[in-house]
Amino acid sequence: MTPEEWTAVRLSLLVATTATLASLPVGVAIAWLLARGRFWGKGLLDTLVHLPLILPPVVTGYLLLITFGRKAPVGAFLADELGIVFAFRWTGAALACGIMGFPLMVRAIRLSIEAVDRRLESAAGTLGAHPVLVFATITLPLCLPGVIAGAILCFAKAMGEFGATITFVSNIPGETQTLPSLIYTFTQVPGGDAGAFRLTLVSIALSMAALLGSELLAQRIGVRQMAA
Amino acid sequence: MSLEVDVDHARGSFRLTARFTAAPGLTALFGRSGSGKTTLVDIVGGLVRPDRGRIVVDGQVLVDTATGLFVPRHRRHIGYVFQDSRLFPHFNVRRNLLYGRWFGRDAVGGAKADLDSVVELLGIGALLDRRPASLSGGEKQRVAIGRALLSWPRLLLMDEPLASLDEARRAEILPYIERLRDQMGVPILYVSHSVAEVARLATTVVLLGDGTVTAIGAVGDVLSLADPADVGSVLDATVARHDEAFQLSVLATLAGELQVPRLRAAAGTAVRAYIRARDVMLSLQPPEEVSALNVLPGRIVEITAGASGAQADVRLDCHGAILVARITAKSVQRLALAPGRQVFAVIKSVSFERT
Repeated sequence: MTPEEWTAVRLSLLVATTATLASLPVGVAIAWLLARGRFWGKGLLDTLVHLPLILPPVVTGYLLLITFGRKAPVGAFLADELGIVFAFRWTGAALACGIMGFPLMVRAIRLSIEAVDRRLESAAGTLGAHPVLVFATITLPLCLPGVIAGAILCFAKAMGEFGATITFVSNIPGETQTLPSLIYTFTQVPGGDAGAFRLTLVSIALSMAALLGSELLAQRIGVRQMAA
Repeated sequence: MSLEVDVDHARGSFRLTARFTAAPGLTALFGRSGSGKTTLVDIVGGLVRPDRGRIVVDGQVLVDTATGLFVPRHRRHIGYVFQDSRLFPHFNVRRNLLYGRWFGRDAVGGAKADLDSVVELLGIGALLDRRPASLSGGEKQRVAIGRALLSWPRLLLMDEPLASLDEARRAEILPYIERLRDQMGVPILYVSHSVAEVARLATTVVLLGDGTVTAIGAVGDVLSLADPADVGSVLDATVARHDEAFQLSVLATLAGELQVPRLRAAAGTAVRAYIRARDVMLSLQPPEEVSALNVLPGRIVEITAGASGAQADVRLDCHGAILVARITAKSVQRLALAPGRQVFAVIKSVSFERT
């Protein structure tokens, strides 16, 4: 592998990890709201969360560009007031990947929260636990396999995200050129086949490792919860 | 401890209207399935918000719809033992038991039970490191009772804690609930549709029918009203001695001695015997050479004709204990039974755990 390829792999891992970890707390909160909440506009929230799954990735990327670009209102505010720049940076790639993976993450977590027996939660309440503590000590541990599954799905999606990323932050080597972007670049130049093939193998290996890792983790948690 | 309940609640076409005050000891909420018992304890425990009404425990108002007051369940200091034990599957027994202690609750008028005494009381010392999934139904229920006790409640709600268990498991748990009632000093509101459980455990009975309280009183007075089709009487007794040769136990009651199949209780133990009215025959002469072992003399207090007219319930005063016999109206006439008359009650069977 060439240094250029290693850079792309490292960058992809950084982007996907950041995207997953940053969206996890938000994902758990939204999933809980959708699973347990009763409020006006719940259907709207559900639709919004799922939007990136249905929209063409290019459209999502373009929407990000006109929202978080340097000249766009939100992007300008973040850059000037907080010093956070997304446009054409790896952070922008992480944002795009996080948003694309978000629906998958929320779906998995929501399903696992819905599967938690609410009667256990009310029992915890009668024992003196505040609702926040009920969530932390009962709901969250019991839906942990689902949370892990959601995080892995999000990570896998982030590793492979291409359309929204390239539209939003372009394809800058060392900054926003992730694994899929580099494979795409290789396919556009003569003699790039070997590089594209190497990266394809790396991509497959990383995805399978993530899946296996999540299976093992979920199994260990499952065993710990059920075993005597 | 005092519990005042005065609530109205509608759920679909079902209406619950309940007004009662519970005294210390074990108060049984007794009624058929669907009479609103569980809804009522859910309201007391804070799991259901009533449409209208007030709940007061120890002078503290927990619910008052007139002022919009509603104390959430985690601040009520009321323990709840559910029909399905609801143990937390991801904790072992010890952590389940101590769950309520994590929240550093102060005891508010309740008993400050510690882990050791609760474990000892419920006989669950060997289970502490096990997971709920590996426990039997009876063990789960004992752990659930311990968990509720260790949250230092000032009132313990028990919603048919034995309903999901078979006869043997029930017999295993009943003594623990008796000890709980007598030793822990926590008042208990106990939901049941089993006459035997109520007869054995209750201090006071609140009779619930179709969403309204139909009677409140001491167990002996109210229980015979519980089911007009199956009347019975409750006798307080102590185990006097055992007859090992015939595998019998002799119980001393106000009405006289009763011989029953060998009980596992030691001599001196207080028990409650439940005698169904249809298991009692009446005789004008002391019967001789009959198979029934138990014959008690008594005086007729009252004769009530049954709804169909074919049967009558005869209430006897046997040295201060009340016994009810259900006989045919024809027998009443044939024997010329009337209040004041001396008769002999022939008891065919005595039950302790009848459901």
